[in-house]
Amino acid sequence: MPDSVIFGMEVFLNGLMAGVLYALVALGFVLIYKASGIFNYAQGVMALFAALTLVGIMEGQVPFSHLINAVLGTQVHHFGWHVPALLAVALTVVVMIALAWIVNKLIFRHLVGQEPIILFMATIGLAYFLEGFGDVMWGADIKKLDVGLPQGMNSAIDDVTFGIFGYGFFIDNLDIVATLVAALLVAGLVAFAQYSKHGRAMRAVADDHQAALSVGISLNFIWVMVWSLAGFVALVAGIMWGTKMGVQFSLSLIALKALPVLMLGGFTSIPGAIVGGLIIGVGEKMFEFAIGPLVGGATENWFAYMLALIFLVFRPQGLFGEKIIERV
Amino acid sequence: MKQKLMATALAAALMAGPALADLTIIDTSYRTGPYAANGIPFSDGYQDYFTLLNARDGGIGGEKINLVECETGYNTEKGVECYEATKGAGNGALIYQPLSTGITYQLIPKASADGIPLHTMGYGRTSAKNGGVFEWVFNYPANYWDGASHAITHILDQNGGDISGKKISLIYHNSAYGKEPIRTLEELSAKHGFELVLLPVDHPGQEQKSQWLQIRRDRPDYVIMWGWGVMNQVAIQEAVNIRFPMENFIGIWWSGSENDVKAAGPAANGYKALTFHNLGRDYPVYADIQKHVVDAGKAAGAGDQVGSVLYNRGMYAAMLAAEAIKTAQEMHGVSAINAAQLRDGMENLEMTEAKMTALGLPGFGPEFKVSCENHGGNGYGAVSQWDAAAGEFKLITDYFQSDQEIISKLVAEDSAAFAAENGITPRC
Repeated sequence: MPDSVIFGMEVFLNGLMAGVLYALVALGFVLIYKASGIFNYAQGVMALFAALTLVGIMEGQVPFSHLINAVLGTQVHHFGWHVPALLAVALTVVVMIALAWIVNKLIFRHLVGQEPIILFMATIGLAYFLEGFGDVMWGADIKKLDVGLPQGMNSAIDDVTFGIFGYGFFIDNLDIVATLVAALLVAGLVAFAQYSKHGRAMRAVADDHQAALSVGISLNFIWVMVWSLAGFVALVAGIMWGTKMGVQFSLSLIALKALPVLMLGGFTSIPGAIVGGLIIGVGEKMFEFAIGPLVGGATENWFAYMLALIFLVFRPQGLFGEKIIERV
Repeated sequence: MKQKLMATALAAALMAGPALADLTIIDTSYRTGPYAANGIPFSDGYQDYFTLLNARDGGIGGEKINLVECETGYNTEKGVECYEATKGAGNGALIYQPLSTGITYQLIPKASADGIPLHTMGYGRTSAKNGGVFEWVFNYPANYWDGASHAITHILDQNGGDISGKKISLIYHNSAYGKEPIRTLEELSAKHGFELVLLPVDHPGQEQKSQWLQIRRDRPDYVIMWGWGVMNQVAIQEAVNIRFPMENFIGIWWSGSENDVKAAGPAANGYKALTFHNLGRDYPVYADIQKHVVDAGKAAGAGDQVGSVLYNRGMYAAMLAAEAIKTAQEMHGVSAINAAQLRDGMENLEMTEAKMTALGLPGFGPEFKVSCENHGGNGYGAVSQWDAAAGEFKLITDYFQSDQEIISKLVAEDSAAFAAENGITPRC
């Protein structure tokens, strides 16, 4: 088999893995958009905030320590304990639920019935606020996140593929974990939406707010629940990306990677986020591999958007999005 | 009564504000946003040194330093806004250290028109080294092209002076900054016979799988990195993932702070980075900073960055500015100098080992002398290496000079093109 084909297969597999990581970010957008019609600009910042909170809790960092020290003249930074990863994740989930409740109580409850652009603008404000709040709460330094996930080259895959092709494929252990987690997450979310009482209520709200209200579904509760779910997805994305690059403020920019995925997969489909992520991941990696060297490289960012735009021409609602028909 | 009250309020306001004769220094910092982790230590070091001079020496030449901080968020537009908003601060801004190549490019024409010197230490427009063309811009003690040459010289040293047939990959931020070393490396490739492979990474650089898979396939002997922010952390982690030997991975000085390696943990041990100043806090001046600034509660930040790589760089930049101010005061015989006089001081600055020792910074930077023809120093730099166990970068070479034969030619070409485009007649 020619080397280029073998290398192409390795790139294809890595593209799939990268696509899963993009899809993890896109999932949070889909959840909120599906249930409330809000395009949540703050989803990337929520992933950052969740990861910052997780590291802060794990390391026993005193929240707002810089502020406390500046005002009181103290020198407190750490509580002196380390919290096990699982407990820290659980506590972070609690924080994200509290955040969802506060966001709904202070912002979106007052904006029910407003135009989508107003809701979108509110999420822009939320993103800036949350970024600054996270900075003051946990500090701007880059933090190492280690929740015990394996990282680095998978030796078994390397050995097996070497035995077959005479060239060992590189697959990152973290990407394998991310794929498993994403599969579980999607299965869980789909099962929740299809079979649970609250999941069905969520779908009812997504279909028609007023009809859902008329049958006794609490819009407030559903929105808090959906924002909590998006917060949980943000935490998962924050863990995966934070393990990969350290927890830092650039983490919020991962949202940029989710946009073409959403355009392609559709804003309202959970499986669409996964399939969209896989297509974008494979597409950009294969294009960079095959065409990149001919045009100077660094094609991935623009290619992802170009691919999404091509899909939009033929399916404006995305591959799995709902076709919106408005009758006048 | 009303007039008395107004007069009292005005007097109080004037007393509370900075005295007009103060030396106004602008710190264009970035303490917020994606690059804050790098902006904070640099700004802390820059400010703390001036605070030390105020607290310990009563300023410079008897004049207090009036520090004005302006947040740029590492955003070019905000950087220009900061410049416009602060250039008239106090008695007029004396000097800018933009800490951003993007902001620097925007400020070169503005500062040149306004007559305010820029010090772009280790960044910015490399050919500004030619002071004959760039009258108001200084980039001593080293520039990007020096850095590219330093990396190759180090690789030459590692290979007994012969790297013909070797393969060297440059992984770089796909921006004007990241592309800076390419021309120099191409010239050096032709001179030394190594193969150069270019690997651009799109901003911000969170996803580099394609580039590192290519590195794994190509098996280069060395990888040089020109990154900033998250690109550095991801690149180092990916290098660890593909088991690339860390001692053959060399970053430019903007890819060589503790922030860049800590996220990868112990596996980043051995990673190398270039530098044009020394590291750590084992210098007498740090005892003074601790006593007069940190312990006195006057530190610019939380006081927790003292001695980090970027803190040292900020402190070094402030020290060079302070020494240029002293030179200007001596040259012009006045203590309350203006921006034009400081420019003269910068153009006549000479940093010697004796001077650095007297300042409590023995061996902290290379010796150099600035002149009209040479605003960039003598092109000396060194190589540092990350010791993960100790949690610090350590200098592993002495300062050595870049390939002046190539750099001088490139500087002359680029500055001549700039002069022709802008109708500038070189001063010297």
